[in-house]
Amino acid sequence: MTGTLHEESADESVLVAALRAGDETVFSQLVDRYTPAMLRVARGYVPSHEIAEEVVQEAWIALLKGIAKFEGRSSLRTWLFTVTINIAKTRGIRERRDVEAEIAAYRGGTVDSGRFRPPDAPKWPGHWKEHEEPCPFPDTPEGSLLGNELIASARRELDKLPERQRVVVTLRDMLGFDSGEVCELLQISIANQRVLLHRGRAAVRQALEEYLAEAS
Amino acid sequence: MSRPLDCNELVELVTAYLDGSLDLDTRARFELHLRECDGCESYLQQFRVTIKTLGRIRNDQLDPQFRDRLLTAFRDWR
Repeated sequence: MTGTLHEESADESVLVAALRAGDETVFSQLVDRYTPAMLRVARGYVPSHEIAEEVVQEAWIALLKGIAKFEGRSSLRTWLFTVTINIAKTRGIRERRDVEAEIAAYRGGTVDSGRFRPPDAPKWPGHWKEHEEPCPFPDTPEGSLLGNELIASARRELDKLPERQRVVVTLRDMLGFDSGEVCELLQISIANQRVLLHRGRAAVRQALEEYLAEAS
Repeated sequence: MSRPLDCNELVELVTAYLDGSLDLDTRARFELHLRECDGCESYLQQFRVTIKTLGRIRNDQLDPQFRDRLLTAFRDWR
């Protein structure tokens, strides 16, 4: 299956009708497309992979039970992730204030401060040191060897991110939700959403930079 | 316009810039800095490539047993 479900909406009524009719092919395609991301998101709330699987299974069953009444006010995808997060929260161990704590706990920059001239530098304090300036990343075509290696590297780093960062980056950058949707799904402020997204992206950027430095 | 941005400040604003959520003054300082600083221009480019790369991550392989469980749940529901 190709990317048809990623930005879909025109096709959605077709999918919903197929699910209502019990079309297993369509169901299995949706499962393949969304389940890994649902597991990633659920895992941000619950203590183990096993519980995340239970959450995701429950979410799919909730979708099937609700599909007859689905009116398309939100997209199928938004509904699916809303249900997943709601179920995960009921099974979860972390409270919302932990998000605030996670954000407050770290005040440093997202780029190694050693790459910048110190604040008391006589010239250009706060600017890139010589030989520490970033170089452009290669713009790899989709499917190229280097492109695939970068994707693998990004995925490894994504899996290592703190939970809330991982959830926000997954929803925004992997799945293409917009910031308003993510705030609503996760019940976080737009400012906190941005902090989590920025830190997560910055960590992945650094991983790619290190990967490219080693590869060259 | 207030004082220019330093590189170590600019790098923390990239996501806000890309989301279009900087206030006008900060946005102007951001763009002025970019015009004069190759390092930060590259940093922004790296960020864009990073985001594009994240968007290309395709689904992880689903554990076949778990997949079967979901399909069984579907058959039971049907």
